[in-house]
Parts: sequence; C-alpha cells; structure tokens
Amino acid sequence: MEEVPHDCPGADSAQAGRGASCQGCPNQRLCASGAGAAADPAIEEIKEKMKTVKHKILVLSGKGGVGKSTFSAHLAHGLAEDENTQVALLDIDICGPSIPKIMGLEGEQVHQSGSGWSPVFLEDNLGVMSVGFLLSSPDDAVIWRGPKKNGMIKQFLRDVDWGEVDYLIVDTPPGTSDEHLSVVQYLAAAHIDGAVIITTPQEVSLQDVRKEISFCHKVKLPIIGVVENMSGFICPKCQKESQIFPPTTGGAEAMCQDLKIPLLGKVPLDPRIGKSCDKGQSFLVEAPDSPATVAYRSIIQRIQEFCSQRLPEGENLVGS
Amino acid sequence: MEAAVEPGNLAGVRHIVLVLSGKGGVGKSTISTELALALRHAGKKVGILDVDLCGPSIPRMLRAQGRAVHQGDSGWVPVFVDREQSISLMSVGFLLEQPDEAVVWRGPKKNALIKQFVSDVAWGQLDYLLVDTPPGTSDEHMAVVDALRPHSPLGALVVTTPQAVSVGDVRRELTFCRKVGLRVIGLVENMSGFVCPHCSECTNVFSKGGGEELARHAGVPFLGSVPLDPELTRSLEDGRDFIQDFPDSPAFPALSSIAQKILSETPAGLS
Repeated sequence: MEEVPHDCPGADSAQAGRGASCQGCPNQRLCASGAGAAADPAIEEIKEKMKTVKHKILVLSGKGGVGKSTFSAHLAHGLAEDENTQVALLDIDICGPSIPKIMGLEGEQVHQSGSGWSPVFLEDNLGVMSVGFLLSSPDDAVIWRGPKKNGMIKQFLRDVDWGEVDYLIVDTPPGTSDEHLSVVQYLAAAHIDGAVIITTPQEVSLQDVRKEISFCHKVKLPIIGVVENMSGFICPKCQKESQIFPPTTGGAEAMCQDLKIPLLGKVPLDPRIGKSCDKGQSFLVEAPDSPATVAYRSIIQRIQEFCSQRLPEGENLVGS
Repeated sequence: MEAAVEPGNLAGVRHIVLVLSGKGGVGKSTISTELALALRHAGKKVGILDVDLCGPSIPRMLRAQGRAVHQGDSGWVPVFVDREQSISLMSVGFLLEQPDEAVVWRGPKKNALIKQFVSDVAWGQLDYLLVDTPPGTSDEHMAVVDALRPHSPLGALVVTTPQAVSVGDVRRELTFCRKVGLRVIGLVENMSGFVCPHCSECTNVFSKGGGEELARHAGVPFLGSVPLDPELTRSLEDGRDFIQDFPDSPAFPALSSIAQKILSETPAGLS
C-alpha cells in the first residue's frame, strides 16, 4: 500500500475520505465510497509483467540537476558493457526527459508490437524508454498535472515489452511527489532492489537529499547507497583540484555517517562528462582514464554486489 | 458571477517576476536570491515567494532557516532576511517542523498551498515580488500561473545552464510560457564558466554559449551569463554577511546588469 501524504487515516479506516487531511486528496471520493481498500489492479498486472525483470533500481534525488540522468545513463552503459547482461533504462521524468539526449537517441520513436510498446534499443542488450520518444518535437512541453503523469508511468511499467531483463534502471525527476509515489506504489508487489541517491556536495543539495531519504524510509524503499557527484573539479590546465560546490557541512560523507547509510563513491567533476552527455556518448568509453570513470566503475560494481546479495526471485522483501 | 478580482495582499506589490526553468539544479533559487540582492542594491524592496514545495532552498541560502512565519491580521507575515526589512521571504521551509521532513504531496495538495501562498501572505509594499519555482512544467507551475494571472505578472525569467541537455528542457519551458500566455522577459545563462583559483584559467565546466544561442533561436531576449562563483556559494552556505560580500563577487556585474534590464522594463513613476 502506498504511503500517503501526512496524516492519511488509511483507505480502510472508518475515517477514510472524511478526515481533515483528506481535503484536496485525489482519492478522497474513492476512499469515502469504501472502495479505497481494494488495490489498483494494475499493481498485480505489473507484478506479472516484472517477473522477467531480475533487478529493479531507482535513481533518486531530492534536488534537480545533480546528475541523476547522467548517472542512470552511465549505470546502464556500464552494466551493458557485459554483453550477457540485459539492461533496461526507464525515464519517468515526464516533464523534463533528458535520457534520449544523453543516450544519443533523440528523435527516435517507440514502436507498437503485439506484446506492447517496444523500447528503443541502443545496443542489443540495452533498451530505453522515455516520454521523450513520444513527443513530436523537441520544443513540445508536457504540461501535465499529477494524475496524467501517473497514468503514463503505469503504462510504462505495464505496457512496455521489456523482455528478459537483468537490470531495470528507473531515472526519476527531482522531488518527492506524484512520480515517486506512483513508481514505488506500482512496483510494490514486484519488489524493488533499492534506490541509489545522487547528491552534490553542498548543503543546499544535501538538505533536499535528506528529505528524499526520509521519503525512502516512509515508503519502505531500501537504500543501496549515496553517490556524491561533482565533488571537486580538476583544472584541465594546472591539474589542481578546487571545489566548485564546496562541502561546507562535510558533504555526502558526513551525511551518510550521520544517517548510517552507505556512501557508494564520489565522482569528480570532469568537463568531458557534460560534453559526452551532450553528444549522447558513453563517457566511460570516451574518457577511460578519467578519475570520474574510475569512480563510476567502482560504484557500478558495488551496486551489482548489492543486487546479487538480494534474495532470489519470488522472495518479497518489500511490504513486510 | 465572479466579482472583480480583489487585489488583496498583492495590492502593494508593483511588479511580479517568475523565475522558471525546465531543468533542475540550474540555479533558479541562486539566481532568485542573487537577483533579490541586486535589486536591493538598487534600492528596491523585494519579496521572494518560494513555491518549490518538495525542495525549498531559499531559506537556507538567505540564512533564514528555522525562522517562523506568524499569523497577522491580514495573513501570514513573511520572514524578513535583513535588518532594513528590504527582502522578505515566504517558503514552505518555514512551515515544516523538521528541516529533513519530506513533503510527500501529490498535485492537488500542492496546488492548494500555492493558492494560499498567493492570496494569504501579507507582503505589504514591495517593488518586486520574485517567484521561485521547482523544475518542470506541472502542477506547481500551472497553479502559480493561474493564481497570479489576475495580478498581471511582468513576466518570466528563464534560467538555463549552457549545456545542450539543459537547453533541451528549457526549450520545453519556453513552450510552456507561450501556452499559458506568460511573457518571457528574457533568458539567463547560469554557471557559464569557472575561473580556477590556482591558475586563473577559465574553464567552461558546462560548456558555453548554449543559452545565447537558444535565446536567438527562440526569439527571446538574452539577459546575460552569470559565472560560477564558489565564493558566493560558500558565503551563502556559511551564513557570512552575503549582502556585504555580494558586490565583490564576480557574479555581481552580471547580476546588476540583469537587474538593470528588469528595472528598465518597468518605467518608474507608475504608482
């Protein structure tokens, strides 16, 4: 069951739809009718669909522009370097889809097959899905309120023909709102391995990330760990490091210690990362010697280890 | 049946400017804050309304964290960030009991709070009200544009960083402005370059020129490039006297020039 905002009396309580906090909730009428206790049938359908997907990883951050999409894309690239690993990348940032650009797939279209929407394949073992593939022009704005975004996410999970997949990586928009609640709710029965949380070193970013961590606790989403992005900048001329986004409160390291969650690694800021993303190429291949590539590879390995330690399929860890 | 709009709490506000960007982390809140400082420097009274409900950053940047909003006779009294009371601020950050608490709200609840922010904050007399928004083109944006429409906002300032990925999201934001009938005052390119403190080499960390090119392509005014300034970030984070420090920042000339452009948009003496 979805963790609902603030003081929700619960769909199956006598107060359902009648409490003060029910005002303005989209489910108010449904809850008041008593039908709220029944779960969305899509959750079961998605569970069926996800049986062929071994591991599901969410990439989250409270803050925008910290590198969620860059990380998601390179996690997918890195995992897919092993040709025996099937990787799927799903972009649920409905209003600001960056994945098509970063993956070099701008202008691609989604095709309909007998078994659903086909993802766009970058390699044989790397399929990508994004609302960006459904827009007719790069200027198209998706001006949608919550319920419509939720419908799209449901479709992405239920109606896309992902096939046999080892890793499904879900890239999310910033915040803790509709998209996040929906993806967690829809995948609840299908079991999510966990979330990777991205931050930058400054306190302004960390304070949003703490909110995201509190969100994970609220919805009982396991946290794989935190990645600190843009930590330090190496001047291409003098090779000396300086802090563009200074970790005035100890950065992600202090936060992780404080909150007792693992720090997966720190990725320095290399101007070549942004350039690779703009060109739609894998930075790991473009700049194999960069300290950022080394950091990325070690983080990817830790995520693989985390996933392989999870119980085999069928064991439902979520919703205990 | 609808009566003429009551100007209510926005009656004393002369100009409303929205700060938008399709992309997160491009510096909307930083630009809003810096612009407020620059307008203050020009002798204006400024209010900032932070409608980023899931990730409010402005209270921290202006060192107003932990302050409380009080209920006055005509509504919520915003928090003043300086002794002269020339910058006032309203944010959901002031309404949370715990700073780390997540605001896990779906659209309708966010819309309700934004409506309240627009109608119930007693701003008093302001030259400018800057409205800082979250990334995207969804509930918060539609809610705030709808709520402000009767008060004829001056327009929107759209913030981007120079790289193509950001520029892509900003193109969508410009489409949003067109669709909802919000005038674009201009485009600001943030984080344009970084001057290495060791060797003074200027590196374009997030490449360069994307903003200006986009402005030309989209036919909107380009207001300027604001360089990355770690010192200002640090000053904002450390809670030093940023109002004192601000004129020394390499970002200051760029911001003043942007502020001047906004000031020249609004011929004085209307009131």
